[in-house]
Amino acid sequence: QERQSGRRRKRRRRSGDKKEKKKKHQRRRSSSSARDGREERQTKKRESSKKQREKHFKERTTERNEEEAQTSSVKATKTNKNINNEKTRKTKTAERETEKRNEKKMDKSPKTIERKESEGKNTDKSKERKKHKKSEEDKEEQEELDKEQEEVRSECLSPEELEKLKEAVDERKKLIQSLRVKPWPMKKKLVSLRESQEFVEKYEGALGKGKGRKIYAYKVIMTKKWMKFERDFENFKTTLIPWEMKIKEIESHFGSSVASYFIFLRWMYGINMILFCLTFGLVMVPEALMGRPYGSIPRKTVPRAEEASAMDFAVLWDFGGYAQYSVLFYGFYNNQRAIGWLKFRMPLSYFLVGVGTVAYSYMVVIRTMARNANESGIGDDNSFNFSWKMFTSWDYLIGNTETADNKFASITTSFKEAILEEQESRKDDNIHLTRFLRVLANFLVLCCLAGSGYLIYFVVRRSQKFALDGLENHTWWERNEVNMVMSLLGMFCPMLFDVISTLENYHPRVALQWQLGRIFALFLGNLYTFIIALMDEINLKRKEEMIVKYNITTWENSFNGTVSENSTATPISLHPADVPRGPCWETMVGQEFVRLIISDTMTTYITLLIGDFLRAVLVRFLNHCWCWDLEAGFPSYSEFDVSGNVLGLIFNQGMIWMGAFYAPCLPALNLLRLHISMYLQCWAVMCCNVPQERVFKASGSNNFYMAMLLVILFLSTLPAIYTIVTIPPSFDCGPFSGKNRMFDVIHETLESDFPVWFSKVFSYASNPGLVLPFILLMVLAIYYLQSTSKNYKEANVKLKKKLQMQNEENKKKNKRAALKAQMDLEEARKASSQQKHVSPRRHYYSKNGRNPAPPVGDRSLRRSAPRTYQHVNPGPPGYLPGLPRQSETRMHRVPSLQRH
Amino acid sequence: MGNKQTIFTDEQLDAYQDCTFFTRKEILRLHGRYHELAPHLVPMDYTNEPDCKVPLSLIVNMPELKENPFRNRIVESFSEGGDGNLSFNEFVDMFSVLSEMAPRELKAIYAFKIYDFNVDNFLCKEDLEKTLNRLTKEELTPEEVELVCDKTIEEADLDGDNKLSFADFENMISRAPDFLSTFHIRI
Repeated sequence: QERQSGRRRKRRRRSGDKKEKKKKHQRRRSSSSARDGREERQTKKRESSKKQREKHFKERTTERNEEEAQTSSVKATKTNKNINNEKTRKTKTAERETEKRNEKKMDKSPKTIERKESEGKNTDKSKERKKHKKSEEDKEEQEELDKEQEEVRSECLSPEELEKLKEAVDERKKLIQSLRVKPWPMKKKLVSLRESQEFVEKYEGALGKGKGRKIYAYKVIMTKKWMKFERDFENFKTTLIPWEMKIKEIESHFGSSVASYFIFLRWMYGINMILFCLTFGLVMVPEALMGRPYGSIPRKTVPRAEEASAMDFAVLWDFGGYAQYSVLFYGFYNNQRAIGWLKFRMPLSYFLVGVGTVAYSYMVVIRTMARNANESGIGDDNSFNFSWKMFTSWDYLIGNTETADNKFASITTSFKEAILEEQESRKDDNIHLTRFLRVLANFLVLCCLAGSGYLIYFVVRRSQKFALDGLENHTWWERNEVNMVMSLLGMFCPMLFDVISTLENYHPRVALQWQLGRIFALFLGNLYTFIIALMDEINLKRKEEMIVKYNITTWENSFNGTVSENSTATPISLHPADVPRGPCWETMVGQEFVRLIISDTMTTYITLLIGDFLRAVLVRFLNHCWCWDLEAGFPSYSEFDVSGNVLGLIFNQGMIWMGAFYAPCLPALNLLRLHISMYLQCWAVMCCNVPQERVFKASGSNNFYMAMLLVILFLSTLPAIYTIVTIPPSFDCGPFSGKNRMFDVIHETLESDFPVWFSKVFSYASNPGLVLPFILLMVLAIYYLQSTSKNYKEANVKLKKKLQMQNEENKKKNKRAALKAQMDLEEARKASSQQKHVSPRRHYYSKNGRNPAPPVGDRSLRRSAPRTYQHVNPGPPGYLPGLPRQSETRMHRVPSLQRH
Repeated sequence: MGNKQTIFTDEQLDAYQDCTFFTRKEILRLHGRYHELAPHLVPMDYTNEPDCKVPLSLIVNMPELKENPFRNRIVESFSEGGDGNLSFNEFVDMFSVLSEMAPRELKAIYAFKIYDFNVDNFLCKEDLEKTLNRLTKEELTPEEVELVCDKTIEEADLDGDNKLSFADFENMISRAPDFLSTFHIRI
């Protein structure tokens, strides 16, 4: 500050010395300020306070040296670029614009404003003419000014000017940034962009002084570079989004609902990528690199009995043999506490990755849901039913003839429905019959669900029996019965539901939701039956394990007995493949899930190939030699079933979440599957599907899917957590072998890897006296938050209602006001024509410079009219790209008015 | 990232990026599409800003617009003279406004222009009838059309002049849940 004031003093002295310089200075200053004003006008965001300040400033300059200020400011209003011909052109266009605008306004503005307008117009025109004359005079002085502007930079500026300049520069910068949201034609945008960039470049350097100047310039350069870098980075980032082009293409063919499936698929792929990185980087790779190699200990070796067939393709395909005894499954991992030279804590890492996978998934799903809810939380009132249908029902993305036809049809039906609802002449024919049919339909669906559940349970039990017999002496079907039955049920039951739902006679949207709910219930039922059967199997395996364990101890005891008898004999070393071992239920669970995923993927792809591709080919080529039109008639082409596909994806993910703990390879498999289905389904959609007949909107359904995903996530983590917490791990396989429970690994780490005080603190913190109050507090907090959110919701609804009421009231008021104004105007007209016997056209009056209207009418007009103005006026100035120049020219007039 | 293209100078590309919602690559692609429309009219060198326009009939046949019932209106409302012939600037402008990134306010302004068939800055009943007939391929009876138009005006008209001004339109469209998701074209 001190320095600044000192500078000011200096400047004052200098300016006192050199009057000549001051004059120049003055002129330049005023020109620059006027220039600023012009720019602000262009942005049309000038606040009134700023305007006033400027006026003030201008007045001051006018007092000091009127002549110069006048000429220069007039000049400045017109010349932003210093080329003469461009200047004249501009003034001309400005004039033309004003005229055009005035004409337009005359046409369209309500008669109430007409009078004022015409008055203003005349004065404007005269001003404009004067200005034009002036501009021609000023041409010579122009060049002089140009020279001066060269000097501007090196000269000093007073603080307030500096401030002003800074403001102007900032304003320009803001303009540059907000240019893309301006509703101007591109030509104008480009011109104003160039102008403001030039301006900023020119004056930015003048802002800093002396020492600060260099730093300032440096800063400017750096910000420029940074902006460029950011832009390049942004460009780079958009090229990195995978499958963007593919999805865009599909979207333009099939509309947004089909594309929403692919976007969902891509999102899923992203999540699985993270899960894969976690399990691959922190579990599989460390074990493969640093753990003990294959064949070193029993759990890492194929047992002798299986060795012969361990490399067969059929066995590997079932994830038995070598695949079973590899990093892909739980059983391979050793319970060594730390492995390799890194002392990597393998069991701990395994446990934490399992927990982290679930936690991360929860986080992502809930965050996405919250974001979606935010986005779609706006419009749920029904006050603009018809208008919205009219203006937003067409999906501009549609670029395919059939989709367009379907869209036309659906829009028409939606309008007809709305009309019917409006007329309230809905004939509810025989409500008892529909009720009966609906109950019947639900009964049938329940039967289906129960039947499919029983079927799966039955099949799983049977397969256990087969497994006990030994898989080798059964056919392929008997070995893969469970998965096949589940896939087939998942394929055919939805069709059955679809048939049943025709009984119900629901509105299509409601029907779709019922359908989705039913399929969801079916899948869920199947999955849980499968899990229950798996639990049975786990219990069986554990019994087997007990027996094996008992046998081993007795065997070891007898062995030890013999050893103790003759201690000189060397202990017999068994090959790891020969060591007896337990059944390892964890690996079995992992294998089941992997098999399920594989068979599910296979059925999806095969149905895609047969149901879509083959059908399309047949329909296409047999159509030439068939007795009816295959394309339009019965088989036709298949539709892309968005909801079914999304549900399939969701359940697939649920299985991944459930099985990932016991088979670390699952995320990798899933990644592969998603990758392939992205390409396969994209291709299938583009080549052999037709757009849906029932085109429903994508927005709004997104959160429905997300909610299902969340439910599935919860339901699939439940059994996994249950097994981890309640069932003791196998004694001879996996990273937790030898422990009582899997989570003991945490305890162990705390005890041995952390200082004593830490485990002490932890044990204090985990004692019930502290945990219970903490849980209580959390419950209270949740309760509190929930009740407040409920209150907010209620308040929201109330406010909405109020707003609606107000709107309606306003509408009525406005109507009344408009009517009254019209009548008043009518009266005023009559009265004036009677009084003065002049032709009733308005601008006659204003030309005479008289106030035309009789006092009564005018005053009442002013009293009642403002509301109408409010709605009529805000339109023109800002919203039409063709028009904004008007306001620019109008702004011109303000300073010129002042000067003369 | 190649600097090999000779269609635009770097400054031009930067300026376009400042003025639209497109990236550099997209602008080049847009030029490709524009060139495709009329290869004999549009030069491959835009560094000296040639003045050429592609006629309406060619533009509305783009696959992105082909099925749109309002295609003529869209193109017309983005052309400077209102005749539907677009220069490259206007072409870019059109797709910028219709891109995903454009804000609701900007889209609303142009949507209003598109639906304003007789260019009088109001949506009056004829405009609404035309809109409706294009949306439904004239499958509604005249009475139904009448009813729908009346209901629309009744819902959205705030100042009681029996036509929709931009303020009415904006008020209505700003609360529409689907406007943003449907009023965009991917290119």
